Amino acid sequence: MRIVYDRDACQGHGRCYSLAPALFDSDDEGYAVVLVDGDVPVEHEQAARLAADNCPEFAIGIVE
Amino acid sequence: MTTTDKAPVADWATDFDHTHPEYAAHAPEIWDDLRERCPVAHSDRFGGIWLPTRHADVEAVARDTDHYSSEGVIASPFKPEGIAPRGYAPPITSDPPFHAEARRLLLPAFAPKAIARWEGATREACRELVDDVLAGDARVVDAAADYAQHIPVRVIAEMLGVPREDGDRFRVFIHRIMETPGEGLEGLSYEDTLDYYLNQIIESRRAAPPQDDLIGYLLEAEMEGQRLDNEHIRGTIALLIIAGIDTTWSAIGASLWHLAQHPEHRARLRAEPELVPFAVEELLRFYAPVTMARIAASEVDLGDEHVRARDWVLLPFPAANRDPEVFEDADRFVIDRQRNRHVAFGVGIHRCLGSNLARMELTVALEEWLARIPEFELADPDPTAVTWSTGQVRGPRQLPIRILDHGDPV
Ligand code: SF4
Repeated sequence: MRIVYDRDACQGHGRCYSLAPALFDSDDEGYAVVLVDGDVPVEHEQAARLAADNCPEFAIGIVE
Repeated sequence: MTTTDKAPVADWATDFDHTHPEYAAHAPEIWDDLRERCPVAHSDRFGGIWLPTRHADVEAVARDTDHYSSEGVIASPFKPEGIAPRGYAPPITSDPPFHAEARRLLLPAFAPKAIARWEGATREACRELVDDVLAGDARVVDAAADYAQHIPVRVIAEMLGVPREDGDRFRVFIHRIMETPGEGLEGLSYEDTLDYYLNQIIESRRAAPPQDDLIGYLLEAEMEGQRLDNEHIRGTIALLIIAGIDTTWSAIGASLWHLAQHPEHRARLRAEPELVPFAVEELLRFYAPVTMARIAASEVDLGDEHVRARDWVLLPFPAANRDPEVFEDADRFVIDRQRNRHVAFGVGIHRCLGSNLARMELTVALEEWLARIPEFELADPDPTAVTWSTGQVRGPRQLPIRILDHGDPV
């Protein structure tokens, strides 16, 4: 599983980094930063889905 | 409660008035009804105004900054004219491209890491307020007036760097601007206005040594190499006061109103504290306080309707949050809802700048209340005992609660 993050769509709602802190951080302005490069570790797959399902801007996609 | 008598609304689809006490009391039912039979309602009030109730329509308008201007965000009979792209209260009233720069100035102060700094002070304020609520023998207290409303007032006063006592004045300004826009202005002296208050503050702060707070930051901030002018600073402080208080107070109040009626949810929050973040988002979805407004910049189609240039369009985020097309069991409160793409804080470039702050305040306010007052109920079963604000921010303004049990003192 991989995370596709669309920085242009992100408006800094912060749902992703509060739900999946192992996968996302926030920059100084509150926009998301993806912490994983490549495949999401299996133990964090659930959190990745949670982040994608809660982003109001549809800025996070999951590629299985 | 409004100061004037509103003409009764015959049909919400063709004559709605979001400042009507009926709307305040029954908004969720009105949205559900409209979504079914007339998803984009219209009214001739306010000089022509539209109310989309489907998630898709609300979202489409929020994202379409070409056809909709933010120069007016509070619908009133007086329509701002020709003040775009800055508007009265940047960045909420600003249009692109000015908007992006004005917003970028503020983003760092409201990013999660910056907000974390205020959590301790917020918790302390909540504890003090619970102490006050529990002092005396009264077992019936007003959770809106005695608790919820004070929290954001204290936090924003501290962030701005103004005396806590000024909070009482903030509430008067906000009531006038948000609940009865354009009304009751006769006989008001300039010294009693928010504008005057802010001018005084800016003047005295410019004359004093720099301070490390939000006002100090704005006085020093630059946009495109230029210091902000007084008008920009005044507008932005006004925004932080107006948008930061009523909204959060409403969210806290509505959440306590919900918990007062749902012992099963109180019990689950006690037993499973890890539920709190999900519960907070669901409270925000279900009781989203804010409806934003736009002004059509040109003629534009909205759903099956045709909006005329300069008409008002309301964005009822709470109505979008209850759209069954987007949310499973939309009309049910699901405390551990996993998929919750709610738009309580709006969508698109105007996403609520203070959302991280609001979420922190709501979380802390609930945690501190529940820690000391785990069991409580509505003091009066008559629904009219709880009054709801009118206008574009929805939340309980009087919320009589009976305290059933105290937690252990901290
Ligand atoms: S939830 Fe979406 S909009 Fe919010 S910070 Fe994450 S990616 Fe950005």
